[in-house]
Amino acid sequence: MNLSLGPLQYYWPRDQVLAFYAEAKSWPVSRIYLGETVCSRRHQLRLPDWLELAGELAAAGKEVVLSSQTLIESEPDLNVVRKLAGNGRFLVEANEWGAVRLLEAAGVPFIAGATLNIYNHETLDVLAEAGARCWLPPVETSRDALAALLERAPAGLETEVFAYGKLPLAYSARCFTARHYNLPKDDCQFRCLDHPDGLTLATREGESFLTINGIQTQSAGVYSLIGELPALRALGVATLRLSPQSHHMGRVAGIFSAALAGEADAAEALARFMPGKPVDGYWHGHAGLEYAKERAC
Amino acid sequence: MPLELICPAGNLMSLKAAIDNGADAVYMGFRDNTNARAFPGLNFDDAQAAEGLRYAHERGRRVLLALNTYPQPDSWARWTHAVDRAAKLGMDAVILADAGLMRYAVKNHPQLRLHLSVQGSATSYEAINFYREHYGIRRAVLPRVLSLPQVENVVKHTEAEIELFGFGGLCVMVEGRCLLSSYCTGESPNSAGVCSPAKAVQWKETPSGLESRLNGVLLDRYGKDEKAGYPTLCKGRFEVAGETYYAIEEPTSLNTLDLLPEMLAMGIAAIKIEGRQRSPAYVAQVTKVWRAAIDAVKKNAAGFKPTQAWQAELNKLSEGQSHTLGAYHRPWK
Repeated sequence: MNLSLGPLQYYWPRDQVLAFYAEAKSWPVSRIYLGETVCSRRHQLRLPDWLELAGELAAAGKEVVLSSQTLIESEPDLNVVRKLAGNGRFLVEANEWGAVRLLEAAGVPFIAGATLNIYNHETLDVLAEAGARCWLPPVETSRDALAALLERAPAGLETEVFAYGKLPLAYSARCFTARHYNLPKDDCQFRCLDHPDGLTLATREGESFLTINGIQTQSAGVYSLIGELPALRALGVATLRLSPQSHHMGRVAGIFSAALAGEADAAEALARFMPGKPVDGYWHGHAGLEYAKERAC
Repeated sequence: MPLELICPAGNLMSLKAAIDNGADAVYMGFRDNTNARAFPGLNFDDAQAAEGLRYAHERGRRVLLALNTYPQPDSWARWTHAVDRAAKLGMDAVILADAGLMRYAVKNHPQLRLHLSVQGSATSYEAINFYREHYGIRRAVLPRVLSLPQVENVVKHTEAEIELFGFGGLCVMVEGRCLLSSYCTGESPNSAGVCSPAKAVQWKETPSGLESRLNGVLLDRYGKDEKAGYPTLCKGRFEVAGETYYAIEEPTSLNTLDLLPEMLAMGIAAIKIEGRQRSPAYVAQVTKVWRAAIDAVKKNAAGFKPTQAWQAELNKLSEGQSHTLGAYHRPWK
C-alpha cells in the first residue's frame, strides 16, 4: 500500500502553504492532492499557483492530482473545474458530478472522490465507464460495506481510503466560521486564516464534537485506520489518504510509513501528533465518533 | 405547466389531504430504507401505494416515488426491486439519487420517468446534464443551497425541469453531502434514510433544565420558558470559542412564498413542500395556502403579495414558529 497526502482542507497563508508542500517533497507519500476543495473565496493560492506547485512536486517525484471543489454554486466555480479538466498534464480528482461530466467529455482518466457518494458496485461501474481509474468510498463506509462492494467491483480500478485526519462530514452554502464572527459570508474577512486546523464546536458540557471549517463541517475526532492495515491490505486497498493538519504532518506520514513497514508500536506514537481524540467508529460500522479501543475497555 | 405544487404523503391520509387541498402531485416512499424518510410508522406498502395512485389518478393528479437513498452493496436487490415495484404500480415518476440505480431503471423500465433527487447533491447544470445525458432524467430537485440568481443560471443551461423546495424543514447542509447524523448515531440519510433518528434521542429533566441528547451527545438544554423542539443535530446549541449559540442553524422553517413571482419568471417547474413525517392536518393546511398562493401568482405575478393570513397560517406550522428564505436570499449564507 502507498500513502497519499489529501487536499488541504483549511485556509492557510500563502507562505505556510508553500512551506508545507516544500517539506512534503521529502515525506513518504507517493501521491499529493492539490487545490482548493472547500471555498471559492479562498485565494491565497489561485489555480496558476497550484499548477506551478504541481510542477515542482512532480519534479520531486510525486504523483500530483488536482482536486476539484466539492460544492459548485456559480459559473466562476464551474470555470475552474473546466480548467482543471483541460489542464492536459495532471490527473484530476472529481468531487461532484459536474466534474465527472467535464472529465468524461475531455476523455481523460480521473479519480472519483469520496463526495461522489459511491456506495455500491453499480455506481462504481458507471464511474469506471466515465473514465475513473481510482476511487474513494464515502468516509462513512464500513470495512464490511467496502468488502461487499469490492467483491463485485469492476476490474482494474484502484481503491483509495481516507485513513487519517479530521473527517470531512458536511458542506453547506452557509459559512459557519463567518457566522461565528457575526460576519456576512460575502464579507467574511477571511477569518478561516485564524484557524489553521478549524474551529472546535463543543457540546454545552464541553465535549469536543465537530470542527467548523468555513462552509465545511468536520469531525472534532481524528479518524485513524493505523491499526487496520492488515484488513485494508486484505481488501486490496492500494492507497491510504492522510489529510493535512497544520503541525507534525511529516511525523504522521513517517509513522504511517513505518506502520506499513511492519513497525508494531506505530499507533501509540501517532496519538501524540493528533490534533484531537482518535475515532474509528465508521470503519467498524458504528457511530463515527466511537473509538474501538474505548469500546473494548 | 410551471410551478406545480408537489406535496408530501407520509401515509394514505396525508396523500388524500394533499390531493383534496390542491396538490398537483404527491411524493411518497416505500416502507423501508429505500427512501430518505425511513421512519417507523411512515410510508406505503404496495396495496396502500396502489390505493394512493388510484385516488390521485381519478382526480387527475400524479404520484412520485422517492427512492432516494444510496443502495448498499449487500442489499442492492432491495433498491432494484423497489424500482420494479414502482414501474409495476404505475408510478408517474421515481425520484432517484444514485447513478447506478438510474442505470438499472433506464435499462429495465425505459418508460419510467426519472427525477434526480435533492439527495443527488447536484448544484450545477453540468452535474444535472450528466444525469440527463446518461439516463434521460426529466427533472432535478435542487439542494437548498443556491441563491436565486444561481438557480436561474442552472435553469438556463439545462433542458431538465427544475424543482425547488418551497416550504418546510430546512436542511442547512447540501443534501446528500451531510454525514453529521451517522457521525453521531451511525445512521445517515444517505445510507439509512434517516437523520437524527428517534431511537437515538433521549430526553432528560435535570436541575439545569430539560436536556436533549442524540446517542449520548448533548444537543441542547432548555430553560423553563423555552420551547423544546425535535433534536435535529444541526439545530442544537453548541459552544464555539466560549460562546454558546445555534452554531449551525436556528430551529426555523424555509418559507419562500415571497419569492414566487421570481420563481415563476425564471421557469421553475415545481415547488416541493417538505414534510412526509408531518400529520395529515399539517399537510392539508400547508397545501391549501400554497395552492392559493400559486394560483394567485399565476393570475397576476406583478401584483402578487403573500397575504398576512397565509403567512400567519404558515408561521403557526413552522418549526420554532419562524421562517427564513434560506440560501435563496444571499444574506442567509
